[in-house]
Amino acid sequence: MLPRTDRGHTKAMMTVTRFLTTALTATLLLVPVSGHKAQAQNGPLRIEITEGVIEPLPYAAPDFVAENGAASDYARDIARVIASDLSGTGLFREIPAEAHIGRISSFDAPVAYEDWKAINAQALITGAVSASGDRIVVKFRLYDVYSGQQLGEGLQFAGTPQSWRRMAHKVADAAYSRITGEGGYFDSRVVFVSERGPKNDRQKRLGVMDYDGANVQYLTDSSAIVLAPRFSPNGDRILYTSYASGFPRITLMDVGSLRTQTLAEQPGTMTFAPRFSPDGNRVVFSLERGGNSDLYMLDVASGGLNQLTNAPSIETAPSFSPDGSQIVFESDRSGTQQLYIMSAGGGEARRISAGQGRYGTPVWSPRGDLIAFTKQNAGRFHIGVMRTDGSEERLLTASFLDEGPTWSPNGRVIMFTRETSGAGGQSALYSVDISGRNLRQITTDGAASDPAWSPLLP
Amino acid sequence: MSLLPKALLVVTAFALAACNNPDRFGAGGAGAGGAGAGAGFIDTNGLGDPNDPASIAYFNQRVGDRVLFAVDQHTLSSEAIAVLSGQAQWLASNPSYAVIIEGHADEQGTREYNLSLGARRAAAVQNYLISQGVSSGRMRTISYGKEKPIEVCSTEECYSKNRRAVTVLSIGAGA
Repeated sequence: MLPRTDRGHTKAMMTVTRFLTTALTATLLLVPVSGHKAQAQNGPLRIEITEGVIEPLPYAAPDFVAENGAASDYARDIARVIASDLSGTGLFREIPAEAHIGRISSFDAPVAYEDWKAINAQALITGAVSASGDRIVVKFRLYDVYSGQQLGEGLQFAGTPQSWRRMAHKVADAAYSRITGEGGYFDSRVVFVSERGPKNDRQKRLGVMDYDGANVQYLTDSSAIVLAPRFSPNGDRILYTSYASGFPRITLMDVGSLRTQTLAEQPGTMTFAPRFSPDGNRVVFSLERGGNSDLYMLDVASGGLNQLTNAPSIETAPSFSPDGSQIVFESDRSGTQQLYIMSAGGGEARRISAGQGRYGTPVWSPRGDLIAFTKQNAGRFHIGVMRTDGSEERLLTASFLDEGPTWSPNGRVIMFTRETSGAGGQSALYSVDISGRNLRQITTDGAASDPAWSPLLP
Repeated sequence: MSLLPKALLVVTAFALAACNNPDRFGAGGAGAGGAGAGAGFIDTNGLGDPNDPASIAYFNQRVGDRVLFAVDQHTLSSEAIAVLSGQAQWLASNPSYAVIIEGHADEQGTREYNLSLGARRAAAVQNYLISQGVSSGRMRTISYGKEKPIEVCSTEECYSKNRRAVTVLSIGAGA
């Protein structure tokens, strides 16, 4: 079956405010392109990701048609971002423009499928851009070249010129989604810790960027250590650990205003490792008192605090299941760091990690089926995944120091921190498919650590 | 358990900010320079004369301001206990000082776990000093996990020095 995942059709209008401080105070308008009916039928163009893709699907993404002079840069750049998104997954291979025989000079003219078949393009993405004043309009269509028909409806996005990359990501998400049957993840943001300086004098500040490293904004200065930021479920707030008070405290930042407040502050304690509940109303975190770390739950609105664990061991790095009913966390109650799952209300926990070595930083996948984790074994660090019962453990990476996985919104990709060894050791962000393929470094402006993926933007 | 009233928390936060000066070359050091001025010694760092038993420099260098730990451990070695006994004696003789005990870990470990491990190490030092008669009201603990190594290589030679708890003197917040 061809996927029918044009989720945007149900939303005529997308209002994006407050998610970003400057770049995205834009309104994106999404409507189906008129005059073309979607072809709702089976076709050969489909990637089954779960079967493991060995040979990337060849596609063409020629420059979009500039419908006026002011749109010419956008017409080229948008096509490049779409191609970067798709090819970056490792599931698709772009056929470069030099090899193209056909040329798209009009968005609405019939496609000459033979020209694209001749270069073995299985998918073709066409589009058009018009620009006037503070508004650009982007249209696109996706074609299944071999069956000679359109794949899904054409779509049109309208927004400010500053949001052109987001529109490109939305086109790529739609193409990815229609061909793979999976949700997309390109129109998303990553909050992270930007690092400067050597190991023994490291400066840290919070940054937020597009998933591909573009459009970086800094949210704090480097005056205090900041660690492990996490987005709220709708991306409007960020939780992190800050030493701004002189002591580690979990801090809540409103992304729109950059205002911060300290949460669950209690004298003589350290609070850290916070993460939101799926409804965004509660925060689960570690609180350390007298050298002992336990898990607590905070109701953000009321300030009510519940202790979830009460053990002399280290309990930290909690993460909710997507339905909010359970929490996966790490504990050394058995003697070494291992992974456990308990009810979100606390109580008995069952150990799920069973292999050699130490397991930490578990994160529940947005699909609910997998736990990503950091594993230390035999002097190496790994990012891995296992099922929620601990079975089918698979290690995806290995290096001197890999840690802190975060899931893409569709649960297909994991981003994490990799740090190199030695006196000149530096952190960088990497991503890897949950298949273990397609390990890539994310381009950042200097060293970076502790990535946390946002949900797919509305 | 419930949250403390917000007003109390705010007051406490101010108090913490006021006494929290982990920079031993800052205000605390200046005070110590004053204390050591009787010897006529000029120390631009304000640490005082290491030959003056009442100086911060003496505490840091002669008594020893830090103890080291084995991999993933927070138990105190016999060497550590000897250092901490000296710290307790010094603090008994110099009651105007408060301390912040910093717990640290080496880079072999995940960030959150190392924060907890550093807290265990700081607490182990605090508990020993309490057992030696130092008032808990003079002490605060903080963990930096693996965030503040002093040595930068990635071998045991450096790691062994980074797995530490450092007793940092501050002035003006005595028991």
